[in-house]
Amino acid sequence: MSFEENNRINKKFTDLKSRGESALICYVVGGYPDFSHSEKIISALVSGGADIIEIGIPFSDPIADGPTIQDASFKALTKGMTPDKCLLLTAKIRKKFPNLPIIAMTYSNIPFKKGFKEFMCRAKITGIDGFILPDMSIEESEDYVKFAKELGLATVFLVSPNTTRDRIKKIIKHSSGFVYVVSVFGTTGVRSSFAKYSITSIRNIKTIAGPTANVAVGFGISTSLHVKQMIDAGADAVIVGSAIIEKIKQDISSDNMERKLKLYATTMKRPCRQSH
Amino acid sequence: MFMINLSKYPLKGKYGNYGGKYIPETLIPAIDELAEAYEKLKKDPKFKKDFSSYLSHYAGRPTPLYFAKNLTTYAGGARIFLKREDLLHGGAHKTNNCIGQCLLAKRMGKTRIIAETGAGQHGVGTAMAASMLGLKCEVYMGALDVKRQRLNVYRMELLGAKVHTVNSGTRTLKDAINEAIRDWIINVKDTYYLIGSVVGPHPYPMIVRDFQSIIGREIKVQMNEITNSLPDILVACVGGGSNAIGTFYPFIDYSKVRLYGVEAGGMGMRSGRHAATLGAGSEGILHGMRTYILQDKDGQIKNTHSISAGLDYPGVGPQHVHLKEIKRANYVAVTDREALDAFHTLSRLEGIIPALESAHAVSYAMKLARKIGRRKDIVVTLSGRGDKDIEEVMRFTKFKR
Repeated sequence: MSFEENNRINKKFTDLKSRGESALICYVVGGYPDFSHSEKIISALVSGGADIIEIGIPFSDPIADGPTIQDASFKALTKGMTPDKCLLLTAKIRKKFPNLPIIAMTYSNIPFKKGFKEFMCRAKITGIDGFILPDMSIEESEDYVKFAKELGLATVFLVSPNTTRDRIKKIIKHSSGFVYVVSVFGTTGVRSSFAKYSITSIRNIKTIAGPTANVAVGFGISTSLHVKQMIDAGADAVIVGSAIIEKIKQDISSDNMERKLKLYATTMKRPCRQSH
Repeated sequence: MFMINLSKYPLKGKYGNYGGKYIPETLIPAIDELAEAYEKLKKDPKFKKDFSSYLSHYAGRPTPLYFAKNLTTYAGGARIFLKREDLLHGGAHKTNNCIGQCLLAKRMGKTRIIAETGAGQHGVGTAMAASMLGLKCEVYMGALDVKRQRLNVYRMELLGAKVHTVNSGTRTLKDAINEAIRDWIINVKDTYYLIGSVVGPHPYPMIVRDFQSIIGREIKVQMNEITNSLPDILVACVGGGSNAIGTFYPFIDYSKVRLYGVEAGGMGMRSGRHAATLGAGSEGILHGMRTYILQDKDGQIKNTHSISAGLDYPGVGPQHVHLKEIKRANYVAVTDREALDAFHTLSRLEGIIPALESAHAVSYAMKLARKIGRRKDIVVTLSGRGDKDIEEVMRFTKFKR
């Protein structure tokens, strides 16, 4: 794993670690509820305390996502969202926040269709720092990782509670930026609490990964208590996704949406500051 | 005779550039466990004996190879033989795979089976095999298909299966697969995902092919008994492509046997409303495999259309893509209208009502028979019976009148 490259993600983790902080990663579906809202939503989350933004490029068949993100992706696509427009959105965010780490999350077919090299090249130009492809296994990742390395983009692979020790090591080798620990047996979506196995597996993975690697935990995290639990288990970052989408959905027609999202990010960031 | 070596595929889970495993990490241990169990069991005498015994005593194998004299005369050319998978228990070739995989699941110690279904045939096959082998069964089915195939939903429930209606996406087969995969991610410890076609991540395309290859193996023996030689041409319909691969695979190394896969041309290739993935699709990644898919320029999966729900799928088995690329098999399309004509023709001339899927193969076989002329033998796999389609055909025919 290359966690020391000169890229915004690693720099962010280094800065935060030097202050004893953990990172808050906020996920949004690009183009949900629409293009202009996406821009404002991201700004609100960043001003509230989000350290890293993960932009979902909507795909028609998101197998790793639960109902909340499925629905948001479907609505974004219905409103005409495309991978190109997502990159345009990124470019706008990049202009506004030159140092903000931005990661694109999408499914393998989106970059595959355009050609991994071409798609990632364009992503790099618009200001994306790395990719998360939840249906990309390390076995199939040769081209993807090769081109990402050439371009200096991070490749974030996922680790699950049932991943074997040997495989965790391999996945860490293939990853850059951070590794994404899936907290549960399941798809994305808000959960009220986490079983013991989640905490055990995070602890285990962090032990294998070691102190220099960056370990982010996602799936199901929605409250500041969850954040604290994950950090206590050894997470260097937490990823919040479905909970944000649900808040957007609730306040979709309200003038308060941005203010509420900012407040939510602040609440979720708080336990990250008291981490180590 | 000129022999080639194509039966060696998959190599490292791939058919040329196609296949592989593109799945969430949580499922990797599950497919690794499956691959390991299958490699062991396929050489296990007890497993082979059990499978073969259920195929004969429960499902009714071997199925007949019938010389369709009237159809041959009508088409006016090569002799047409029908491989009667429609006579298999459950009414379609799906039963072969369902029994095989349920036995596999049981030997792996899994207690719960999940499956996706489009038309309902694979769901029914799974429900039958699961009930016979004492396994719990849940089936995912798109809301539109639930509406179109009410009878099959009730059949599955009679057989003790629970049917989940899928309301996401386009609410058809591809969405049912998505939902089954999500269930599998959540319940990976005790659940076995029984895929119904030669699709999905490795090793599924290989396992399903192997279980379906009984079709081709029987054809080989039966043709040898009747004609003392190999058939000249094999024809089968292709949605995901399981009955076609099952028919082709035992002949794949005999380059003299020509192979034709028939896709759903829907309302015509120019209309854009079809499900001819090999004919009009492009390379992509869907449902765990690299294959051909019907997609837009951005890589979003397109809506498909076919009068037959069983062919209505935007992807196709990776081995078919390989066979197409190396030009070992030909893939063609037949429209809804042509398939309906063949449905009626076979019913009237031979007293056999074919599934609309199989009617696509029959339609193309008649064309081929005419073209290549006498003294040649064509075997068409009649993958299923048409009882399930009668309502649909009635609706279509009334509309036409």
